[in-house]
Formats: sequence, C-alpha cells, structure tokens
Amino acid sequence: MTWFSIIVSGIVTYFSRMAMLALIDREMLGTKVKEVLNYVPAAVFPAIIFPGIFFNDFGLFVEITDPKIYGAIVALVVGFYSRSVIATIVSGLLSYWFIIFFLLK
Amino acid sequence: MLSKSKIFFKGTVAVLPHMLSVIPFGIITGAIGVELGFDPILVYATSLIIFGGASQIIFMQLLSGGASSLVAITSVGVINSRHLLYGAVLSEYLEKLSFIKKLFISYFIVDQGFAESNKYIKQNKNLSNPHYYVLGTGVTLWFCWQLSTISGIILGSFIPEELGLKFAIPLTFLAIIVNDLRKLDHVFVMLVSGFASLILFDAPFKSYIILSPIVALIAAFIMLRFKK
Repeated sequence: MTWFSIIVSGIVTYFSRMAMLALIDREMLGTKVKEVLNYVPAAVFPAIIFPGIFFNDFGLFVEITDPKIYGAIVALVVGFYSRSVIATIVSGLLSYWFIIFFLLK
Repeated sequence: MLSKSKIFFKGTVAVLPHMLSVIPFGIITGAIGVELGFDPILVYATSLIIFGGASQIIFMQLLSGGASSLVAITSVGVINSRHLLYGAVLSEYLEKLSFIKKLFISYFIVDQGFAESNKYIKQNKNLSNPHYYVLGTGVTLWFCWQLSTISGIILGSFIPEELGLKFAIPLTFLAIIVNDLRKLDHVFVMLVSGFASLILFDAPFKSYIILSPIVALIAAFIMLRFKK
C-alpha cells in the first residue's frame, strides 16, 4: 500500500513538472498571461519564506524577539547589496547562530 | 558561443550555494523517514520517485500518523502543484525542444534550479542551448538530494539539531528573490504572497503553498491593468 502511494505520488509530482512544459502549446497562453508569469518567483517563494520565519515548529506565530527574524533581516540587507546567493545564506545563518549561541546564552 | 558542457557547468555552479540548505534538508528527510519507522528502501524510494523535499516529509508523516493513502497523495499533489507555474515559465525558453527531451528534463525541475535558470536565461536571451543550463541545475540538485537523503537514512540526523539548520530553507529562497526587491512591482507581489501564506497557513493539505502564489498572481494581474 505504501509502495502504491509512493508511485502514485511520484506520478502526480512528475505530471506537475511536465504538464505545462510539455503538453501546453505556448500559443495557447495570451500575452497577458505571459506578463503575469514574470511574477512567478515573486509569487511562489515568499509563501515558503514567510512561514519559515514567522511560524515555529508547532505552526504558531513566533515572538517579535525570535532570532530567525533578525537573521532574515541581516540576510535581506546583505543579499540586497551583495547580490550574492552565498553571502545571503551565510550571513543569515551566521547572524542567527551568533544570536542563539552568544547573545541568548 | 558557449559549448553545451560549459552551459551545463554554469548551471551546476549556480545552484552550489543552495547546497547549504539542500544537503541538511536531505539528511533530515532521510533521517525522519527512518525515525517514523519506514523501511529504508521506502524512504529512499520517495527521493527517487517523488523527488520533492517538503512533500516527502509530509507524505511520510501523514502515512505514519494513520492518514489514508488518498490524503497523503493529495497533499503531495497540492504541495508540488507549484511546479505547474515553473513549467509555464520555462516553456517559453524550452519551446524548441523536442517532446521527448521535454519529458526528460521535466523530472529535474526543482525550486532552486528553476529560479536560477529563470534568472540566467532572462539575462542571456540569445543563449543557444538554455536547456543545458536547466539540466545543469536540476541534475546537480538531484545528485545532492539523493546522496544527502541516503546519508540521512544510514547515519540518522547527524547534524546537531541545535544548529537550527531548518532556518537555511527560508534563507535559500530569500537569496533567490532578494535581487528583485529593487523592483517595486515585484515587492508588491512578494508582500501579497507572504501575507497570504501567513493567513492561509492552516488551510487543508498545506494548500497555502499554492493558494498564496495564486492570490499573488491575481494581484499581479490587477496591478498590470492599473499600470496601463
């Protein structure tokens, strides 16, 4: 039964990856849709980022003093000016660790 | 002109920084599966067959918690439906590809790979073989994901939990969009999506992951009408 669920889930996931790429003809999408598609990264990724920062493991809002919020702010500023993926992630992690291992000890 | 292998390699390099979150996440996924009591082969099968981090964890948690297959499969489908949006964007760049190649490349479409490919191909419009870039990102992420889930399955979560490496996940995605904060229209769409995700977080089947982008894209559509 578990194998069955894994295989069906795999088919469903593969379909989600393949459907728009392989089955849809570009001509079917109007210019308006194409314009809106420019915003796909801006529309998708904040829905992963915000809950990752503002909710804890139990799905409750974190407090305003939560280290994740400050780590994210540091990452945001560093990323904005450096335009570097690695600098964004590393600065966010380092500032987060600095807070939890030094400031909160 | 860049050779195919050079373009592929550029894609590989572009996603390397994301390994800071992908590898710990893979280890955690493998370790959680075993902790939940699944056969190691089954845990690995989710990485090979489903190949989608968050959805694999939810899938195993639901099944071990006694949820029906239908609920587990539906959740995976809902969480992964965001790939439909990636496919729609990539279809513009990969239009000329044969149907078979499209079927092959589809398996390797992942969040970070999509985001980096989209960025690069937009900046290099005359790229002759953009699919090699997409493959470079996807194949690299695929290998690292397989290896890290396998090591999580074998070794358990050997990364100390105190490090809070789960926080690396929002950071990778932040790194992906941080450059677009220079464009106010994009910032507007991001804020709509972010706040929508906070409000919709408790919606069934983790559907906030696809509902928030839909709300944000509708907001983008309305915004574009007002701009004209």
